[in-house]
Amino acid sequence: MTLPLSFVFFVLLGLSVYFYYHAKSGIVRKAALLSDRTKALPSHYGQQSFLWAFIPSFLILLVLTIGGPNYIDQIFYNKIQELNPTFNESFVSLILAKVINVSNGKISTGEENIIMLAKDYKIAFEQLHFYRGLVVILCAALLGMIISYRQKPGSNAREQVEKFIVNIFFASAVIAIFTTVAIILSLFFEALRFFNLYNFFDFIFGLHWAPNVAIRTDQVAAEGSFGMIPVLLGTLLISFIAMCVAIPIGLFSAIYLAEFATPKIRDFVKPTLEILAGIPTVVYGYFAALTAAPFFREIGFSLGLDVSSESAIAAGAVMGIMIIPFISSLSDDVIRAVPQSLRDGSMGLGATKAETIYIVILPAAIPGLVGAVLLAVSRAIGETMIVVMAAGLSANLTVNPLESVTTVTVQIVSLLTGDTEFDDIKTLSAFGLGLALFFFTLLLNIFALSISRRLAERYD
Amino acid sequence: MIRKSIQSRRARETRLKIYGITSICFALIMLATLLISIGLNGYSALQQAYFKLDISVNTEKFVDDSGAPDNNKMNLFNWDGLVQSALREFFPEVKDRDEKKELFAIISANAGYDLKEIIKKKALGSGSHTLSVWLHLSDDADQYLKGRLSIDIPEKDRRINNKQIAWVNSLVERDIAKLKFNKTFFTSADSREPESAGILGSVIGSALTLFVTIMFALPLAVMAAIYLEYFAKPGKITDFIEVNVNNLAAVPSIVFGLLGLSVFLSTFGLPRSAPLVGGLVLGLMTLPTIIIASRASIRSIPPSIREAALGLGASKMQAALHHVLPLATPGILTGTIIGMAQALGETAPLLMIGMVAFIIDIPTTFTSSATAMPVQIYMWSDSAERAFYERSSLAILFLVAFLISMNLLAVVLRKKFEKKW
Repeated sequence: MTLPLSFVFFVLLGLSVYFYYHAKSGIVRKAALLSDRTKALPSHYGQQSFLWAFIPSFLILLVLTIGGPNYIDQIFYNKIQELNPTFNESFVSLILAKVINVSNGKISTGEENIIMLAKDYKIAFEQLHFYRGLVVILCAALLGMIISYRQKPGSNAREQVEKFIVNIFFASAVIAIFTTVAIILSLFFEALRFFNLYNFFDFIFGLHWAPNVAIRTDQVAAEGSFGMIPVLLGTLLISFIAMCVAIPIGLFSAIYLAEFATPKIRDFVKPTLEILAGIPTVVYGYFAALTAAPFFREIGFSLGLDVSSESAIAAGAVMGIMIIPFISSLSDDVIRAVPQSLRDGSMGLGATKAETIYIVILPAAIPGLVGAVLLAVSRAIGETMIVVMAAGLSANLTVNPLESVTTVTVQIVSLLTGDTEFDDIKTLSAFGLGLALFFFTLLLNIFALSISRRLAERYD
Repeated sequence: MIRKSIQSRRARETRLKIYGITSICFALIMLATLLISIGLNGYSALQQAYFKLDISVNTEKFVDDSGAPDNNKMNLFNWDGLVQSALREFFPEVKDRDEKKELFAIISANAGYDLKEIIKKKALGSGSHTLSVWLHLSDDADQYLKGRLSIDIPEKDRRINNKQIAWVNSLVERDIAKLKFNKTFFTSADSREPESAGILGSVIGSALTLFVTIMFALPLAVMAAIYLEYFAKPGKITDFIEVNVNNLAAVPSIVFGLLGLSVFLSTFGLPRSAPLVGGLVLGLMTLPTIIIASRASIRSIPPSIREAALGLGASKMQAALHHVLPLATPGILTGTIIGMAQALGETAPLLMIGMVAFIIDIPTTFTSSATAMPVQIYMWSDSAERAFYERSSLAILFLVAFLISMNLLAVVLRKKFEKKW
């Protein structure tokens, strides 16, 4: 007998709803027997039973659903290894994968051993599903009965329910912390494994990035070299080009919109710029690769310059266009946050509007503007699709915008897409790059946010 | 002298204005260029070159005794041969083996398969039938008919040679081949052959992914926002949560992909390429966006509402859930729509968790292999055939149109429910 996940879930839900009504009517009966009044509304007792029955059982269901298959895989992994102690790790994994596929009916095989194991595997899964369903349903039923038995008209169910809910709310807020911690830990541990195979300082200061070619035969990995300087330089070059486009245009647009534009123009331009912000990055990538790159190539050609078809300038310029609305809307907010009294004071002293902007408003807004620019830089560094589609793969150590460079994100994507072994040094090096990327952007973000907060505090 | 200085001061102001206007115009022109260039690239994918074949087929070879088609027999039947011999009737002069090969290259490599599917759907009874069907021409012939393959370049550099062009032209003259509405694009999933490739698979993949994202992110974000606004005690933990939320909103999306790869795939052992994993990753990514929007929306509800509820004896929880939350819902929904639009257009994290695979089947469950619309666009614009570019552009047009309407919906919602307290 199999108990599929959806069935178990709906039985659990049904049971919990049943206990809701059970407790709701039960408490009224209990109160009548004791000729007492309930301390909270009957529905609060119902909610309490529902939560008691549902939440713990649901957590068990979640754990069993995620952990169960892994546990079975581990058992079979050990089983296979016991059968043939001579097999190495990757071969055992290969056989395990075969067993799983055979048991799913995805492939068929003539090998008796594997068929046997596949049968066992299927049975193990059926057992897992059966016991998962049994445990969850029993747990819900038991907890529901216990709570209904324990509820007394004198106990304040509302308070208890609310405490429970506040804890759930707290748990969902803490997910933000968990996510950050999970990001740091996962990047950190994978990167650590990479640094076991490859020297940390060679990675940070190495001038050569070529994950696919062996440079020296005596190299630890003998697979390639992983010096991140050229990749980093490429990232910075493209981000720099993007900033050259985005900062002036974004800032001037923001100044115009905040200080000069009539409400009518503002109402038209702002949403239109927001459209620019809402276009997916893959679309910009497509535009960069198929329209911008040939365009720059042709311009270069007519000037007698040799522009690479994956030039940094094409990717950077399009990335700049993508970032314009980001900078303009952030700066617009910052400029409008400068108190009107400063403007009035300056104008009252006889300054023109331009002078007010240059001498009074911009200096007052500078922290916020710097914050906005830093956030934009962090975005440019972390931007992926434009560079994946329009920038190159080979890591050239150059600052010539007409040549092809590669970026951190491009390398991560190219190292991790396709079927890669998880223990491969190339895969692990992507996590090294990811860690570097995360820390760079994290520093920029923290710095930017603290600067902007200072501005907000100054005029509050 | 003063007049002069005033002049220069005024000029400075005019200059500043001109800079501003130029910048805005530049941004708008770029937006227009982007959309127009993609539109010009993509509109032609709405049509596809078809040719009409009159085929006489004896169904006895592949139906069972009751007259229902037998899958096994149908798979064994030589459909390509049937299409090819029908095509050769138009060009009896083609005899040579190489020439035949060239002739068959002007029709889709999937033509036989498509014919099989058409006949399977028609469920013809046993016996001889003659029917006329429309099948795809090859992508090269299609591009030629749309004028996208320049015939000025030397023959050997072209994907279609002079003989093939002559054949296609003769088919067009005889009214056998023509451009028709490209239905395949909307009803099928990816394919190696551009003429049989469609976006339906990736649209459904995106829908499944977004469903997981919203089911995951929205409840968590709303609960977190209520907690942070009303229940959090000022202190280190609360500050730390806030710092984390704000930072997560600015973490590059590809990092979330790395997180998904190492936590969901390698630690939890969830399946690769699955909408479930994609949805969770995108959910974690949009969570901070929705939290921030929800908090702003909750904060915009005047405290008097809550205080009135508290004053009448409601508990903190009741005041929050029964009084503030309903009023904050429009704002929360707006934030959610914007977060979902962001998630729908996101590509990089999905590449990390393997949703970039070539998948011919339309996904049906949350754990089946799938791809998403932006990933499909990425894959098509990466492939060699010219015909994939226009499909990529058309897919972009649909995606962007959908995203813009999502954003407009958010704006309209905000306008409609915006209350001045």
